[in-house]
Amino acid sequence: MPGYDNPMGNSPLEVKVISKRFALPNSASLDVYLQHDGYQALKKALATKPEDVINEVKNSGLRGRGGAGFNTGMKWSFVPKQSAKLKYVVCNADESEPGTCKDRPLMEYDPHQLIEGIIISGYAIQAHQGFIYVRGEYRYLLEIVDRALAEAYARGYLGKNLLGSGFDFDLCTHTGAGAYECGEETALLNSLEGLRGYPRIKPPFPAVLGLYGGPTVINNVETLSNIPHIILNGAGWYAKLGSPKNGGTRLFCLSGHISRPGIYELPMGFPLRRMIEEVGGGVPRGKRLKAVIPGGSSCPVLTAEEIDVAMDYDSVAKIGSMLGSGGVVIMDEDTCMVKVAGRIMRFYAHESCGWCIPCREGTSWLKRLLERFHSGGALPDDPDTALDVAYNILGKTLCPLGDAAAMPTISILQKFRHEFEEHLKLGYCPYEKKAVSVA
Amino acid sequence: MKDQTHKSQFVILDLPPKPENLHVPGPYTRSPSLSPQLNPAAEPVSVTIDGKEVKVPAGTLLIEAAKQAGIEIPSYCYYPGLTLQGACRMCLVAIEKMPKLQTACTTVVAKGMVVHTETEEVKNARKAMLEFLLTNHPLDCPVCDKGGECELQDAVFRYGAAETRFMEPKLHHEERKFSSLVYYDWPRCILCYRCVRVCDEGLDVNAYGIGFRGAHSEIIPNRGEKLECEECGMCIDVCPVGALTSGTYRYKTRPWEMTYSGTICNHCGDGCKTTLSVRNNEIVRANNRDHSGFNGEFLCVKGRFGWDFVNSDQRLTAPLIRKNGKQESGTWEEALGVVADRLNDVLKQHGPASVAVIGSNRTTNEENYLLGRLTRTVLGTNNLDHHRTADYGSLVRALTEVKATDRYATIQNIYEAPSILVVGNDPTHQHPLVAYQIRQAVRQHNAHLYLLNSREIKLQRQATHSVTVRTSGEPDAIRALAGIQAPHAGLVVGGTGDFDSFREGLLEESDTVIIFGDEIRGKDVADLVRWGLALPGRTRFVALGDYANSRGAADMGLLPDVLPGYLPLPEQAARERFEAAWQFRIPTEPGRDIRSILQGAQSGEIKALLVFGSNPVKTFHLPKEQLSKLAFLMVAELFPTETAEAADVVLPATSFAEKSGTVTNSCGQVQVLKKPMRKAGTRSDLEILLALAGRLGHKWAYQSSDDVLREIIAQVPGYAIALPNLLIGRAVATQPAGTPPELASADLIFSSRDSLFTSGTLSRYSWALNSVDEAKRPHGHIF
Repeated sequence: MPGYDNPMGNSPLEVKVISKRFALPNSASLDVYLQHDGYQALKKALATKPEDVINEVKNSGLRGRGGAGFNTGMKWSFVPKQSAKLKYVVCNADESEPGTCKDRPLMEYDPHQLIEGIIISGYAIQAHQGFIYVRGEYRYLLEIVDRALAEAYARGYLGKNLLGSGFDFDLCTHTGAGAYECGEETALLNSLEGLRGYPRIKPPFPAVLGLYGGPTVINNVETLSNIPHIILNGAGWYAKLGSPKNGGTRLFCLSGHISRPGIYELPMGFPLRRMIEEVGGGVPRGKRLKAVIPGGSSCPVLTAEEIDVAMDYDSVAKIGSMLGSGGVVIMDEDTCMVKVAGRIMRFYAHESCGWCIPCREGTSWLKRLLERFHSGGALPDDPDTALDVAYNILGKTLCPLGDAAAMPTISILQKFRHEFEEHLKLGYCPYEKKAVSVA
Repeated sequence: MKDQTHKSQFVILDLPPKPENLHVPGPYTRSPSLSPQLNPAAEPVSVTIDGKEVKVPAGTLLIEAAKQAGIEIPSYCYYPGLTLQGACRMCLVAIEKMPKLQTACTTVVAKGMVVHTETEEVKNARKAMLEFLLTNHPLDCPVCDKGGECELQDAVFRYGAAETRFMEPKLHHEERKFSSLVYYDWPRCILCYRCVRVCDEGLDVNAYGIGFRGAHSEIIPNRGEKLECEECGMCIDVCPVGALTSGTYRYKTRPWEMTYSGTICNHCGDGCKTTLSVRNNEIVRANNRDHSGFNGEFLCVKGRFGWDFVNSDQRLTAPLIRKNGKQESGTWEEALGVVADRLNDVLKQHGPASVAVIGSNRTTNEENYLLGRLTRTVLGTNNLDHHRTADYGSLVRALTEVKATDRYATIQNIYEAPSILVVGNDPTHQHPLVAYQIRQAVRQHNAHLYLLNSREIKLQRQATHSVTVRTSGEPDAIRALAGIQAPHAGLVVGGTGDFDSFREGLLEESDTVIIFGDEIRGKDVADLVRWGLALPGRTRFVALGDYANSRGAADMGLLPDVLPGYLPLPEQAARERFEAAWQFRIPTEPGRDIRSILQGAQSGEIKALLVFGSNPVKTFHLPKEQLSKLAFLMVAELFPTETAEAADVVLPATSFAEKSGTVTNSCGQVQVLKKPMRKAGTRSDLEILLALAGRLGHKWAYQSSDDVLREIIAQVPGYAIALPNLLIGRAVATQPAGTPPELASADLIFSSRDSLFTSGTLSRYSWALNSVDEAKRPHGHIF
């Protein structure tokens, strides 16, 4: 698109599966897609039984790429076979986690891969309607996806009796209105239904009671884009790409203080140190690494000593963080971690939907506290108070947004407590080398 | 469907054909999972809460189960009867084998669940929530209306989050006036969304929404800057803090400076219990926070705000006596003397047939009973009537004829009914509690609502089947439903389906409650009852009368041909019953009905007219000079009404808030009025009647309304109610049986068709009811 740089990185260490068509000219068109295995997986899937499709995905070890990392096939299998209400498939394209920009190229360069994945998931749970919920800020992507949908309808890949199989499937896009909260699956459903984007009480989970009260599967763009490859090449092939229980590859978005920022498709379990040093070219200007956010702003930060970790869900969880949405943010030695904590909290305070008390009041409190602390108004009790407030949010909110806000703060307060002490002692931020008077 | 407007700035594409292909169900509201569903059929579940084992029906929420175990779990967003929110996080409890604290308000009990509600972790979580709530809360408790009865104050007091670590400037928005009766103070709001839900789910008005996001979220009117709603004030009532305050109560007093009396609202015929809060002999608030009475906390705009006529400057406080053509203030002694003298003169000169009495729809049963005694014995005439707004007589007659006098429905029966048929009337305007009960029955128990009306009414939103007939077509429609006559062409003009599906639907229901308005009267009532009783199950009936004691006026025999308890006056046995009680002969000839009385006044046949709590000049649209031929007109009234202005003597009467006694609602449920205050210079109708009887030479032994009530219980058929039940505040159902004469003329029964904001003459003297913008809209406006 004009005005946008190609966000894709390029590294020989990459294993290209879902990004393999990105470099082709006119890759978003149906013709190019068809020339490169397009809709072959759909043909294959429609010839097998729905439950076999689910089993194949289950065995592939594909885990949700939105952040939670739940086994995708397992999620599908929770959908009741018989349902009085209509079933739905919803693609969560409300990509808004800070540091994450992987769904964007998937829709921009290969929308048909996504569409094919959605149709197959629809077939697997026997739904006949799908929605792609695109974040409000991605309007230019909406046109690309809408054009792809029109092409798919025109050639019979969507609509009635797909490829003569007797299976009907309709798909359309829907835009969000600019709320991070709507990336949470039940808030997304509310927004899709035309209600305010507030999360719903769980249980019941969407697989049982979702959109319009019907069983609903909600998957991330990247998750669904993997489906055609799993069907076409088999669960075994896919599982082997990654590490145990973490099948396949994933798109990592390297940003921050890194020489070659960009999106790289790397196998699951790829070591974080190599990702930073070899794939991303290390921290620029010879600076030392201070901290890494491994998977989007919601994840607890890792210190420079903690980066010898395999980037898969289980390994990152073992050291107390999360693989999240694949947004790897690298910070060098000049970064003020107090400022980072404040900046992250500003985001969550702005994006808190306001539904439940701890998140609504807690994020707003922490934002104001951390910003005051950083700008010279530090008080001795502040770090302890902030930590306590963050713990009072953690695990007490209706949806995971509260946890997402609390976890980075807690990790920064614990791992970089000395930087808070420095602020307190000096009365100004030592990293910005700017004296700020203490009131 | 997706909003297409943003497309304009981009290239126009050949979009896929979305709308036709969407597999989306029709109108959809909230997720059904958000309302708890009890499952009484399943085996009860046993759970342990703080070491106490409690057995509850399957599907019970943990917070309710804890209540049964005598354990209070604090909560703000949870409100029984409304959808679940899980928003305030106050009710977090520890459940064994669960990793995190869980909200008791959204957790359904499971077998063997072990719950702890007072562990350190739980208490700290509660403290934390309170600390969060207080961060931006203004803590202006000393000047807050809610101070002293605030749920936030109470919780902070109990869990002690008195110290704050919050050092930042508090967020602040200015207070907003949503309407003349509802103010919103944003900083106090804790966003529990009770107001949003009660308006949407309880009132079906949906006036509130939520604006902005995060810490800046606020409650906003859904339509424009101001509330456009029924102004019922339920939002103020359910607000746990002082965020929503009442335009009539704010900054007037502190809760502990008032005395509270549970009494019965004096406006429509539903008989809502209301607690009047009185300070310095002045009502400052009405609500029903204690949920006593069948209305729970429900009150409509009239009940919650429309009592202020009591405090009106225009109240009459001294008797007026016409001297030289002008009404002048006088003493009670003088006024009562004039009344007695003038009545004696008329009686002597023209005989009892020249005297007539018009009673009230609002005075107590005791007053009505005594008014009947005064008219029939002291004055010696049966020229007694009142403005009849529903044909109770025909309902009693029809049910008695088929020995089905156990089929009067109560207000509770409406809520519990699996199926409801409403014929005529517009309960949303005329009977707000009945409408509320119907909506709750539909929403909470999936009751089926059948509507038969000649107007478009708001309840059609809840209707399973509705049939709109042409103007005044309801009786024809009843005959057609009953198969007495075929529906003629043009009868049905709208609705959800045809007549046959309507009837067939009803035939498949059982235990239907049939509610009808003034459209059905006389023989039509008999047709409706006969057909209704043939429906499956126990069909019950309600006739909707306009005012607080419309039913009581009929029950107490304020009628020319009916004695108390619907005993027919022409029957000797009936007369003998009351002749024995009253120790006086009752004239045998039925008297004049109200239209005939007013006609007689014009023609000169009626010489003296006594009017108690009624404004016939307005009700019957009389020309001013119609009453001028009367030799004597006495009016007992609260206000200088059109009728009072024509009177020779006006006696200032007390309002419902200044007297004791009983009233009977449209469903025949008797309730007690409590007397929370006095008004200097006024006397109750009961006192007036006792004084008049005395001056006219009759010695009555009654000392108080209680004595009259005891006589009513002993003498009036159907009113043999247990006094203790009444006195502890219950609504005691009556089941009158009698065969009153058939309705003489259909035009004797007509409703005033009050809107939500009017209540006959009384509402004119209420500032609150006239202050709201909605009151100025055309009648019948639907929100």
